[in-house]
Amino acid sequence: MTVFLQFLVNGLSMGSVYAIIALGYTMVYGIAKMLNFAHGDVIMIGAYISFCVTAYLGLPAVVSVLAAVAVCTVLGILIEGLAYKPLRQAGPLAVLITAIGVSYFLQNAAQLIWGATPKNFTSIVTFEVPPALAAYNVSAVSIVTVVACLVIMAALMWFTGKTKMGKAMRAVSEDKAAAQLMGINVNRTISMTFAIGSALAAIAGVLLCSYSPVLQPTTGAMPGIKAFTAAVFGGIGSIPGAFVGGILLGIIEAMAQAYISTSLANSIVFAVLIVVLLVKPAGLFGKYVPEKV
Amino acid sequence: MLQVLKSKKTRHDLVTYGLVVLAFLVVSFMQANHMIPRMIAGQLVPICAYVVMAISLNLVVGVAGDLSLGHAGFMSVGAYTGIVAAMSLSEAVPNDSVRLVIALMVGAASAALAGFLIGIPVLRLSGDYLAIVTLAFGEIIKEIVTCLIVGVDENGLHVLFNLTGKLTVDDLGLTEAGTAIIKGAQGASGTDTISTFFMGFVLVMVALVIVLNLVRSRTGRAILAVRDNRIAAESVGISTTRYRMIAFVVSAALAGAAGALFGNSFSQLSATKFDFNTSILILVFVVLGGLGNMRGSIVAATVLTILPEALRQFSDYRMLVYAIVLILVMIISNNSTIKDFVARIVPSRKSGKKEVSADA
Repeated sequence: MTVFLQFLVNGLSMGSVYAIIALGYTMVYGIAKMLNFAHGDVIMIGAYISFCVTAYLGLPAVVSVLAAVAVCTVLGILIEGLAYKPLRQAGPLAVLITAIGVSYFLQNAAQLIWGATPKNFTSIVTFEVPPALAAYNVSAVSIVTVVACLVIMAALMWFTGKTKMGKAMRAVSEDKAAAQLMGINVNRTISMTFAIGSALAAIAGVLLCSYSPVLQPTTGAMPGIKAFTAAVFGGIGSIPGAFVGGILLGIIEAMAQAYISTSLANSIVFAVLIVVLLVKPAGLFGKYVPEKV
Repeated sequence: MLQVLKSKKTRHDLVTYGLVVLAFLVVSFMQANHMIPRMIAGQLVPICAYVVMAISLNLVVGVAGDLSLGHAGFMSVGAYTGIVAAMSLSEAVPNDSVRLVIALMVGAASAALAGFLIGIPVLRLSGDYLAIVTLAFGEIIKEIVTCLIVGVDENGLHVLFNLTGKLTVDDLGLTEAGTAIIKGAQGASGTDTISTFFMGFVLVMVALVIVLNLVRSRTGRAILAVRDNRIAAESVGISTTRYRMIAFVVSAALAGAAGALFGNSFSQLSATKFDFNTSILILVFVVLGGLGNMRGSIVAATVLTILPEALRQFSDYRMLVYAIVLILVMIISNNSTIKDFVARIVPSRKSGKKEVSADA
C-alpha cells in the first residue's frame, strides 16, 4: 500500500507539471487554433534562465523563477509577433511548420548558448517536508508543484471568467471577427494569451527540472508533447480539462512505469489517449461541435 | 500516343518522370567519374528513401487532406521487417538485389498491414485530433521496436519482447551459427548494406507511378473530393472512410518500402531513429514542396537532405540557419501582404491561386 501511495504521489506531482504546461497549451490553442510545438522549448528556455540566475549569479531561487517568467513572457510575445502574426490568414499547416521552425530555432539557439552537455539543475525547493508526509516519501518539490498547479488553475479560471481581458480572450476564441466588431483588440488579446502561456511554461520548466534535474536543449520536447496529449485528453481549449488531463496522464504514466513496463510507459499513455479520443472525440471536458452544412 | 500528350496533367506527370530519370542518369554519370563529394555519395540511398517518404506522405497530407504526424512509424515498421527479411534470407537468396526486392516487399506489406490496423481508429477522427493520434501511434511503434530482440539461426527466427528491459540477446537461445538482428534499444546492427542507388531510383519510380496513377484515377478523384468537401462527397455517395483508408494504406506501404531501403543501407540503425523528428522532417518536405505536388516533394526532399550537409561549413550554426530559413519560407509564401506585393511585380502569378492543388 505504501508503495502504491508513493507511485500515486509521483504521478500526482509529475501530472501537476504536465497540467501546468497543458494549461498554457490549451489557452494558446483555444485562441489561436494552432498546435504550438514550440511550447515545449519555451519550457526549456525557462529552466535554463532559472539555472543561470541561481548557478552563475548566485541569486535566490525566487528571483530565478521571476527572471524565468519574465524572459519567457517576452519570448512568447516575440515569437507570436514575429513568426505567427504574419500567418494569421494562412492555412493551419503553414502555421504548424512555422511552429516547428521556431522549435528548432529555440533548441539550436539553446545549444549554441549553453552547449549540448546536460546541466545539473539544483532543485529550487529546499524546505523541510513535514514528518507526516515524509513517511510516504513525499518530496518538497512534489508539494510545491501540486500547490502551484492548483493555484495557477484557480487563477486562470478567475482570470478568464471575471476579468475584462479574460472575457476578451473567450470572445476571441469563439469568433474573431465578431469580437473585433465588439471593439476587442484581437491582436493584443492573442499576444496576451501567448504571454500567459509562456509564463506558465517558465514555471513548469523550473518545476520540471527541480523534479528531474537533467537540463539539456531537448529537455522540453517530450514533456511538451505529453502535455499537449494531456490537453487533448481533457478536451483542448478547456481549462479544467487541461488540469484533469495533466493529472490523469501523470498518474497513468507513473502506474504504467511501476506495474507494467518502464520502457513502454509512454506507449501506454498514448494508447489511453487514443481510446479516450475514440470514445469521446472532443476529449473529457471538450465541447463536441457537430459539423454544419 | 500524341492524343494522350494533349492532356495537361499527363504532360505534367511525364515531365516529372523524365526529370527523375534525368537526375538518375546525371548522378550515375557523375558517380562513374567520381565527381560526387564523399559526404553526398553516402547520402544517395537515404535521399531516395526520403523522396519516397515525401511522395507517400504527400498522398495522405496533400491529396487526402489528413495531417499525419507519425509517418516515421510506418518507415520504422518497414525498416525493421525489411532488415529481418534480408538478414534471415541471406543464406537462401544469395543474390543481393533479389534479396533487397524481397525485403522491400516484406517492408511494404507489413507497413500496409500496420497502416490498415492504425487507420481503423485514426480515420474516425479528423483535423488536429487525427494529427495527435497519428503522433501517438508513431511514438508507440518507436517504443515497441525499442523492446524487440530478434535473431535468426538454422531453426528459424527467434523473437523476444523485452517488456521488463532486463532481457538481452543471450536470452534468444541462438545456436553457434545464429546472428542477432535487432538488439532492443541498440537497434539493428551488423546489417548487410545491400541497398543500392539504382534500387533507390527504381523505388522512387515505382512510388511515382503508383501515386500519380492513383491520383488521376476514379479513386483518386474520389479522394480529392473527400478532401475538398467531406459532406458534399458523402452526399453524392462517396464513402469517405473507404477512400481515406485507401490513401492511408497505400501511403503506409510506400513508407514501409522506403524504410526497408533505408534500413538496408546502414550497418547500424538505432531503434529511436524513426521518431517524431523524422516524421516532422518529412512533413517539412511535403509542405515546402507543395501540398499535392509530387514533383515539389521530390525536389524538397532532395534539397533539404543535401542542404544540412552542404551547410556543414557553418557547423554549429547550420541547424539555426535551417530553422530561420524554414520560418522565413513559410512566412513569405503564406503572408497575404507579401503575396499581393509579389503579384504586383510578377503579374503572371495570380495571387488568388488556390494553395492546395493536386495538379500543380
